[in-house]
Amino acid sequence: MRRLLWPVVILALLLLVNVFFTANFFSIQMRDGHLYGSLIDILRFGAPLILVSLGMTLVIATGGIDLSVGSVVAIAGALACLQISDDAGVFTAVALALGLSVLLGAWNGLLVAVVGIQPIIATLILMVAGRGLAQLITDGQIITVNSPSYKVIGGGYWLTVPFGILLVVVVLAITVFLTRRLALGMLIESVGGNAEASRLAGIRSRGIIIMVYAFAALCAGVAGLMISSNVSSADGNNAGLWVELDAILAVVIGGTSLSGGRFSLGGTVLGALIIQTLTTTIYSIGVPPETTLLFKALVVTAVCLIQSKSFREKVFGGRRRAVPPSPAAEEKVRVTA
Amino acid sequence: MAVPAPILLMSGIGKQFPGVKALDGVDLRLLPGEVHALMGENGAGKSTLIKVLTGVHPIDAGTIELLGEPVAFGSPLEAQGAGISTVYQEVNLCANLSVAENIFVGREPRRWGRIDWPRMRARAAELLARLELDLDVSAPLSTYSPAIQQMVAIARAIDIEARVLILDEPTSSLDASEVEQLFRVMRTLKEEGIAILFVSHFLDQIYEISDRMTILRNGRLVGEYLTSELSQVELVAKMIGQELAALEKLHGEAKVFDRPLLEARGLGRAGAIEPFTLTVHEGEVVGLAGLLGSGRTEVARLLFGADHASTGEVSIEGTPVSLRTPRVAMNHRIAFCSENRKSDGLIPDLTLRENIILALQATRGWTRPVPREQQDELVGKYISALKISPANPEHLVRDLSGGNQQKVLLARWLILEPRLLILDEPTRGIDIGAKTEIQRLVAQLSDGGMAVLFISAELEEVLRLSHKVGVLRDRRLVAQLPNDDDLTTDVLMETIASGGANGGASGGGAE
Repeated sequence: MRRLLWPVVILALLLLVNVFFTANFFSIQMRDGHLYGSLIDILRFGAPLILVSLGMTLVIATGGIDLSVGSVVAIAGALACLQISDDAGVFTAVALALGLSVLLGAWNGLLVAVVGIQPIIATLILMVAGRGLAQLITDGQIITVNSPSYKVIGGGYWLTVPFGILLVVVVLAITVFLTRRLALGMLIESVGGNAEASRLAGIRSRGIIIMVYAFAALCAGVAGLMISSNVSSADGNNAGLWVELDAILAVVIGGTSLSGGRFSLGGTVLGALIIQTLTTTIYSIGVPPETTLLFKALVVTAVCLIQSKSFREKVFGGRRRAVPPSPAAEEKVRVTA
Repeated sequence: MAVPAPILLMSGIGKQFPGVKALDGVDLRLLPGEVHALMGENGAGKSTLIKVLTGVHPIDAGTIELLGEPVAFGSPLEAQGAGISTVYQEVNLCANLSVAENIFVGREPRRWGRIDWPRMRARAAELLARLELDLDVSAPLSTYSPAIQQMVAIARAIDIEARVLILDEPTSSLDASEVEQLFRVMRTLKEEGIAILFVSHFLDQIYEISDRMTILRNGRLVGEYLTSELSQVELVAKMIGQELAALEKLHGEAKVFDRPLLEARGLGRAGAIEPFTLTVHEGEVVGLAGLLGSGRTEVARLLFGADHASTGEVSIEGTPVSLRTPRVAMNHRIAFCSENRKSDGLIPDLTLRENIILALQATRGWTRPVPREQQDELVGKYISALKISPANPEHLVRDLSGGNQQKVLLARWLILEPRLLILDEPTRGIDIGAKTEIQRLVAQLSDGGMAVLFISAELEEVLRLSHKVGVLRDRRLVAQLPNDDDLTTDVLMETIASGGANGGASGGGAE
């Protein structure tokens, strides 16, 4: 739990900053039977990032990385919208889009686990090719759909709560169940911690790696549906652009090491919320648009530094450091006397 | 007795780690021109003492004096600057750099701000010549054997005007002639007045080279002794804190082996091991002897399915099987504790419990987790049966000492109740106490009907435990000798040296 202390503190600080700029920042209201408020917005707009980051966490825990999730976001949205505009049922469209996402993820896993390509290169292939695939599906156009039931995924409500938030809760619950209640988490950490030792302990690491990449792509696919449903259109070029980088950042802020091994799902959720809150904060405190990215970079740098124990000791621990030499100084007096 | 003033004097050293008192009131003095052995079991505090001396960790209590002046090093670099150099067990050099670069990295000879390559190479060759080595100093370090790399590390250490040289298990990967070469170097340095602190698990080496020794047990000082005045038996007793029980006869009465468990016929792998034929019976301990690189590990890996065989066949209880992967071998209840605990055995980030349970979980697949109560019960049982310390199942395995890590690995396989247990160097780099326990355990298991393939570089150990000894040489199984009263370490060495040509008839030393 102590591992999550700093992400929690940082998130709390970011939220507090908003209070000074937005009146009633913490208030949540009921309007037309729907929950409204800044906090709800952060959760709602952050939902796709949380999903992508959850998948990314497991991939990173095996010692890999998945750069292609952004492309999968675009592909899933494009295919679903194409199907719906071709008068297919929403259910068919969603199933096809998610099925294709899983296939693409399994392809990544195959390249990594069976062919033996380095994860960053293997997924770079789909990152580049995937954008092309998404544009092929949409024929280079932005497909607009008008389907109230599709709109529910990203923009609807259920039991007063935005549907996207509920989806995140469900996916998170499933992930926690698979990894922590079942033994998947330990085997993933074992493969990420020492692949050869895991093989010699009888773990079928290939299967686990393929499954993890497929899961990451599935999460990205769901996020893609959410994003395209929210705007009722599919943009092969820009949907999910750079989301892989935000997701990697969220995982790292959440305390999972990029070298693989131990992972923290709770940390990842916090990390994604920190990034989303930061984006919201930038708008609410009125940072000029042309400096937004620079501002974001500065805050992220600060966040990463604060999380580093050795950095904190260097900056804040200066006084504590001075203590150990003093007994030695005393000894000096005693010895020479 | 006229004792010269010590170069280094540590007194009342205390060091506390979270949950463990690593050192408590330890004294150590190093006299000029002596080889001083630091003795103790794994976890006794040897490494910690070296680390506080060289500034890796600060001390919590006590004083360190170098040449009569109190010192407190904040980093290994400061310690080095003051003349205390360390060569660690695991060589920490850069294999991709050249020999000369490794010796001078960070303090290259310069001229007008640029590195003076000719001078650097000449100085490196000079230093190595002092160690009686003639190497191509511009070749990458990786082209040389671990033994030579070790020597390069020593050359690097003594170039930094060393007054104290710490050698932490420098001989564990060296063969006999290389050890002799190292000892010659140590004697030369000793005559120059350098104090050498020497850590090794090989008692014979300690007695050959050291003048004086300090013994630690459980983080406390047992005492300082002159090597010539302390017998080996007394030393071991002081290290483990009890009289060494008779180890001569580990097995019960002689057994008859008539139920073959595993038979390998013409099994081989191109470039790794020539085809061999070997039968392991139920309850039998088969020892494999041979020099480093003779193919011992390769035999083990083929029998576990860690590597693919290119020729031959294996049958288990008469049924032909194909050992394609470790999982297949595990399904036939074969277990393999690999030689290299760190790279092929443990998952350092996981806890003791998770590491022990790992192979069992792997056989069940991820969908059927081992229930937590069952985990706790199994892990608790083996922690107490193997005396794993610390006895906390949630401790990270990376923080355990070598002997305890080995026991964790053993526990991982024992809970699977294998019929054939393959142990590759299970006692390397671990202390006498743990070694004895593991040997006793192997004898017990085989008496209970488990077959064991036991690989060790220590011939005495192989001889003490095995019912049959396979001898390997140059990647070939050259002889299989029944362990009767005629088989001695001399015969084994002779067989290794002669390649089994004359059947090991006469005694004699190996090269």
